[in-house]
Amino acid sequence: MNPASESLGPASANVPDASGRYGAFGGRYVPETLTRALDELTVEYAKAKADPAFQAELDQLLQDFVGRPSPFYHAKRLSEKCGGAQIWLKREDVNHTGAHKINNTLGQALLTLRMGKKRVIAETGAGQHGVATATACAHFGIPCVVYMGEEDIRRQAPNVFSMKLLGAEVRPVTTGSRTLRDAINEAMRDWMSSVETTHYILGSVVGPHPFPQIVRDFQSVIGSEARVQSLARFGRLPDSVVACVGGGSNAAGMFYPFIEDKEVELVGVEAGGRSDLAGDHASPLTFGSPGVLHGSYSYVMQDEDGQTCDVHSISAGLDYPGVGPEHSYWKDTGRVRYTDCKDNDALDAFDALASCEGILPALESSHAIAAGMKVAASKPSDQIVVICLSGRGDKDAAEIARLKAERQ
Amino acid sequence: MSSIDQVFADLRAANRKAFIPFVTAGDPSLDVTSAVLKELSKRGSSVCELGIPYSDPIADGPVIQASYTRALDRKIKLSQILEMAGKTTPEMTAPLVTMVSYAIILRHGPEQYVRDAKAAGVAGAIVPDLLVEESGDFAKICKANDFSLIQLVTPTTSRERALRIAETSTGFIYYVSVAGITGERTQLPADLLENVSWLRSQTKVPICIGFGISQPEHVRTLKKVADGVIVGSAIVRRMSEIGEKTEEQVIAEVGDYAETLIEALNE
Ligand SMILES: Cc1ncc(COP(=O)(O)O)c(C=O)c1O
Repeated sequence: MNPASESLGPASANVPDASGRYGAFGGRYVPETLTRALDELTVEYAKAKADPAFQAELDQLLQDFVGRPSPFYHAKRLSEKCGGAQIWLKREDVNHTGAHKINNTLGQALLTLRMGKKRVIAETGAGQHGVATATACAHFGIPCVVYMGEEDIRRQAPNVFSMKLLGAEVRPVTTGSRTLRDAINEAMRDWMSSVETTHYILGSVVGPHPFPQIVRDFQSVIGSEARVQSLARFGRLPDSVVACVGGGSNAAGMFYPFIEDKEVELVGVEAGGRSDLAGDHASPLTFGSPGVLHGSYSYVMQDEDGQTCDVHSISAGLDYPGVGPEHSYWKDTGRVRYTDCKDNDALDAFDALASCEGILPALESSHAIAAGMKVAASKPSDQIVVICLSGRGDKDAAEIARLKAERQ
Repeated sequence: MSSIDQVFADLRAANRKAFIPFVTAGDPSLDVTSAVLKELSKRGSSVCELGIPYSDPIADGPVIQASYTRALDRKIKLSQILEMAGKTTPEMTAPLVTMVSYAIILRHGPEQYVRDAKAAGVAGAIVPDLLVEESGDFAKICKANDFSLIQLVTPTTSRERALRIAETSTGFIYYVSVAGITGERTQLPADLLENVSWLRSQTKVPICIGFGISQPEHVRTLKKVADGVIVGSAIVRRMSEIGEKTEEQVIAEVGDYAETLIEALNE
């Protein structure tokens, strides 16, 4: 089946439709057992969205607990180094728990309470979503289990420790590639058996409808703030907006409020890994094809039989063979330009931001910094490039030391 | 009438119930899969299910998932599986159906999948991640080819929805006994019999119960309300003992095991 890109027309912000479709993408490809919970979630979410009290409670939490609005920061020395457009950073790294993930988990934890569910499960790659879920659950007193691949447990030890301190149970996943994709499989399996009492707080804009929409909406606070901040500073919108794409939640949240602003260039950055060979990267939008994974129809890294390929990235949060369906829609409509950034370029961007600005970015975010620096370098100095700094790099310090030693 | 419809018509006429075993294609090898399918058919199975290994199964428990991983580690391809099926089905009296993820069907092309499976003598498909809402196009293709599309009802399915599924399911309805993944269980849910009897009273389509079934005692209980039982993990677990035991030994044991359940069904 080919996505009908010719008939798609320009990207609309008015997606998904009632069946959870973004053009041809999205939908629900899950076992029948989960449909009741997904229907219930769809209904409850629609009610919550329309309920001013729900929005007010979430806004208050985002302000007092998370520290929103997050700063909009002019990276002057980094801009000088690139010698082009002015680079501004949307500072999700200074959020409580250190990444954008907290925006979504607080929203979904409130939904959990509304639905009267007694237990939360989650998956995590980099650990940021796990920490954010554990934090939201601690805040509301909800028991929480987080599935995490063994390889990611090794790479992201500080976050594993934090989750445990926050009272979450971390369940190691030893199947398959022992990374994010396997953690999602395990969480889905748990949910199959516990769906009556448990809410699954999915961590990105992936999975069956309504998850991609819910997560995009909760993350849209990033782009909405960046829009307001840009108008306040410059009296106009930015020229380019750049964000990294794993499942794609920080990018969806950053891009969505700009979708209908045609003059704003949007750039999504996938993990280019070691090389362009299958198995060496995690770039389904660049190298993959439409298929079904984890409950939705979207670009996937798959073989000729539809089996999911192994992928690679130095960054645990981008090490995923699929991507959210709305990104597939944005790709096929041409609204967002997707590119990739190699492991080594991400490490160089990490160093550049650390030394020029005194900020340690997450390895995930370093991919966006690398691509954003390239975009800035190609533009005149009166233009504005906003990069989503999705998270901070403390969690990656030991892994970076190891990678640097390997590189020498 | 499809070959599966014929099986259930014959069973009803004889006042008997269906035994439906599940085996994973390519675990430990396609030759062994072929041999065990023939054995299961010979021992009196009514329909056989062939699991097409998938890299990211969600509905499957550890036993079946591990068998999929073993098969895929041996680089088993869909074309080889269908080739094996094509050589095996002429030697089976029980119709063969594939249990297959929609990811695989979509990649292969739904029309092509049905055509290739039919050509291999496969009578139908169970697609655990294709919901009734999303199944329209595929159901049409199946219908045009007289290929059964066996759909699932679970304990979390509302009654109104179960009726909708019953309307579109062909061959039989796969009634999932538990809200959960595949795997052997000692206890079956208390309200299972009542729920199945209700659905039984609403539709003419045969209803077979699967997930968690492994013991003659289960079978004796379920045959009161169902047209058949489906047994997966208990067989796949036995198959995984090949290596510790010889292929012949294990295939014979699986056959004996199937016979004890078939006897319990026919008591
Ligand atoms: C800091 C950071 N950025 C980005 C990501 C990638 O996720 P997404 O693409 O959903 O934003 C992660 C995931 O763990 C992360 O921790």
